[in-house]
Amino acid sequence: MEEVPHDCPGTDSAEAGRGTACQGCPNQRLCASGAGAAPDPAIEEIKEKMKTVKHKILVLSGKGGVGKSTFSAHLAHGLAEDENTQIALLDIDICGPSIPKIMGLEGEQVHQSGSGWSLVYVEDNLGVMSVGFLLSSPDDAVIWRGPKKNGMIKQFLRDVDWGEIDYLIVDTPPGTSDEHLSVVHYLSAAHIDGAVVITTPQEISLQDVRKEINFCHKVKLPIIGVVENMSGFVCPKCKKEAQIFPPTTGGAEAMCQDLKIPLLGRVPLDPQIGKSCDKGQSFLTEAPDSPATLAYRSIIQRIQEFCSLQPSHEEKLIGS
Amino acid sequence: MEAVAEPGNLAGVRHIILVLSGKGGVGKSTISTELALALRHAGKKVGILDVDLCGPSVPRMLQAQGCAVHQCDNGWVPVFVDQEQSIALMSVGFLLETPDEAVVWRGPKKNALIRQFVSDVVWGELDFLVVDTPPGTSDEHISAVEALRPYQPLGAVLVTTPQAVSVGDVRRELTFCRKTGLPVIGIVENMSGFVCPHCAVRRPAVRWAGCRGTRGLHSWPHPSVQECTNLFSVGGGEELARHAGVPFLGSVPLDPQLVRSLEEGRDFIQEFPKSAAFPALASIAQKILDGAQVQAQTGTD
Repeated sequence: MEEVPHDCPGTDSAEAGRGTACQGCPNQRLCASGAGAAPDPAIEEIKEKMKTVKHKILVLSGKGGVGKSTFSAHLAHGLAEDENTQIALLDIDICGPSIPKIMGLEGEQVHQSGSGWSLVYVEDNLGVMSVGFLLSSPDDAVIWRGPKKNGMIKQFLRDVDWGEIDYLIVDTPPGTSDEHLSVVHYLSAAHIDGAVVITTPQEISLQDVRKEINFCHKVKLPIIGVVENMSGFVCPKCKKEAQIFPPTTGGAEAMCQDLKIPLLGRVPLDPQIGKSCDKGQSFLTEAPDSPATLAYRSIIQRIQEFCSLQPSHEEKLIGS
Repeated sequence: MEAVAEPGNLAGVRHIILVLSGKGGVGKSTISTELALALRHAGKKVGILDVDLCGPSVPRMLQAQGCAVHQCDNGWVPVFVDQEQSIALMSVGFLLETPDEAVVWRGPKKNALIRQFVSDVVWGELDFLVVDTPPGTSDEHISAVEALRPYQPLGAVLVTTPQAVSVGDVRRELTFCRKTGLPVIGIVENMSGFVCPHCAVRRPAVRWAGCRGTRGLHSWPHPSVQECTNLFSVGGGEELARHAGVPFLGSVPLDPQLVRSLEEGRDFIQEFPKSAAFPALASIAQKILDGAQVQAQTGTD
């Protein structure tokens, strides 16, 4: 793996190849020649590939463990219930790929064909891609620095044989770093419909989620809305409600009002959700009457409505 | 040949512990803070280094948000979060202009700051430095381990919740430790068991060893309500420890009252010893202290 100097100014910086940190870097000549500032050809290649993908949704959160992967998986399941729609779920959490487990695809491997990498299918109309499929054992760790992770994300977007897709859902790791910058960068020519931002009600989550929302503004990524997960707990035994993660600063609702962003919905905690994820089953079919399922379905509908208001491909091409 | 530690700002730190997890949201920052407080409770001087650059959670937990960081001749002065100056803290949170400011940095820039945090914070004399990390096995972790390696950390405490999805990521973190030569002190299972406050039937008071005050009373669920007691499942962490051949340090229950206390910015330092989570953390801290003592007696290797 190429080692990037620790104080690398960035390949598109004015200092590229010229900074003191650049001495001894294998890419120094390349950067100094200005080649680094040239647009990455992969962006155009990805734009071509993405022409058959109607809608692209990123699932983000500044905070870990709020249920991004759970939400991404169930958004995919929910949309795929309409057999006439083709859904793809891309997991770009390179270090902690949870999607294979949640989708019941642990142990599956990726196959290559002439047209690229094939998605791993859960249903006929629901395909998944994750770095998890490239690992040979559950103990394998992906100990990569940023540049290598970025390369993987580029490969996913460029080399997967996406085909005709109605919705591409991209599950991300927590934070505002390489993976997030890269996916926005590589899809920059291909139009992302927007981001769904996941939080839990507590301030410790909202604190990080506000940063994520700032990130979206910085990179001009539209925000479809916020989902408040683990919002209240309904005991399956006594049916009474308890607040395990109390919204002491007003929860997502207050934050959304403050920042003028839609609150797509609140999903309560149901112990069955965790169990379904561990088993690799869709919670929506395992517990169809749960308040959490109803919440998911309503949120999914709002996302579909948002996407249907987006200009179509033809309109975008005419407009560009 | 092992790199020799330069005398520097870590020279006075006796033991370094990294708190890791492959998985986000399992409670690394909470456990790091609780562990530091438990060690302090046992009479130790502790520091917390928060290297979660994108999501620095520790300042808020210790009511230190908005504190300014000062420089002295030898580097940055850590923030002391208590009157007695027995808990020192450094976090990127202190360097942000506003709490909502996003740190949107790629790896190389994060690496540079982490190296600075390791070498340029004037910790002084500490018994333990607890390093809180973000989830994953990437830049922050590689840089922190590389920068700390000359100081021979005691090892890593890995935090998981009981579910398979968490355990799956923590298995990878164990591999990270193995590959980078970081000893594993053990695994902690967090959010292990929860009691629905409405279903709970009070039993006669159960006094926890080492716990002060009447807040030590704990409500036990009636056996018929087992379904709601394992909100995030149970046992995954212990099983992982067994499978991987590493020590299982203990299970920490989900204490909604402690969550509320953290949320409301109440004095966590005061509230924590009275919480249902405290005995578990005290026991984990004791195991770490015992391990550190053994290491000191047998000499560093």
